[in-house]
Amino acid sequence: MIDWCEKCEEMMQPYLDGVLSDHEVAEAERHLDECRWCAKRYRFEERLRHYVRIAAAEPMPPELKAKLAALRTPLH
Amino acid sequence: MAESAPTTAETRRLAEEARARVRFEEEALELSDQVYRVARRLVSSREEAEDLVQQTYERAFRSWRQFTPGTNLRAWLLRILTNLNIDRGRRQQRAPQTTSLDSEAGDYFLYNKLEAQVAEENPDEERVLERLSQDSIVDALADVPHDFRDVIVLVDIGEFSYADAAQILDIPIGTVMSRLHRGRRILKKNLADEAVTT
Repeated sequence: MIDWCEKCEEMMQPYLDGVLSDHEVAEAERHLDECRWCAKRYRFEERLRHYVRIAAAEPMPPELKAKLAALRTPLH
Repeated sequence: MAESAPTTAETRRLAEEARARVRFEEEALELSDQVYRVARRLVSSREEAEDLVQQTYERAFRSWRQFTPGTNLRAWLLRILTNLNIDRGRRQQRAPQTTSLDSEAGDYFLYNKLEAQVAEENPDEERVLERLSQDSIVDALADVPHDFRDVIVLVDIGEFSYADAAQILDIPIGTVMSRLHRGRRILKKNLADEAVTT
């Protein structure tokens, strides 16, 4: 007897990273449609990644951009 | 006539090489925002990230012939950057190299902890996460030991594939996956700690 919640947990990270096969994605989504607990966990993980990505984004200082541009080989 | 031919060919070759070089430099510069975004989270200070990115571009522009056109330039630049970072000895480590994570329930730790703090009935996941400030997320990430943080930063922030992350860090894909799994768990534990202290 397969414990789908356990299997779903194992598949969660690779699912969110988009590295599962089509068959595995279909399998995971079938379970997610039926299981509120797993669906909620998946949504939470997805949002968490989104928040980390947004929070970690820091624009490059313009001075650095200028320094990098100055490294280009001068055109003769 | 026969004598001038090689000169013309050589001139043409040099002109073509100059154009290729300009193209390479322009393409590399277009990626600099993305390179900086990753660099900023691989090291602990902004100054260090700026130095690292500058050195990366200096080296990339020097070694531009080693880049194979048509391959992933962003990954190539990040490979240079991570090598430079390792060469620098990863000074100013904020985090210890080993973190005890004995509870396998760590994955649910943040979810349960945050959920317990909000509305009892049907809490909205988004609101749960909104309780975390930007600073607390940045701190929690900075406190993940670097081996684990590197893969999180490359995959989750740099949006690199497992294969690219493996190539950039020069480790097997299986190691990328296991470090990601463990690293995200440590990150969630750190976030839970931040969430209760803020």
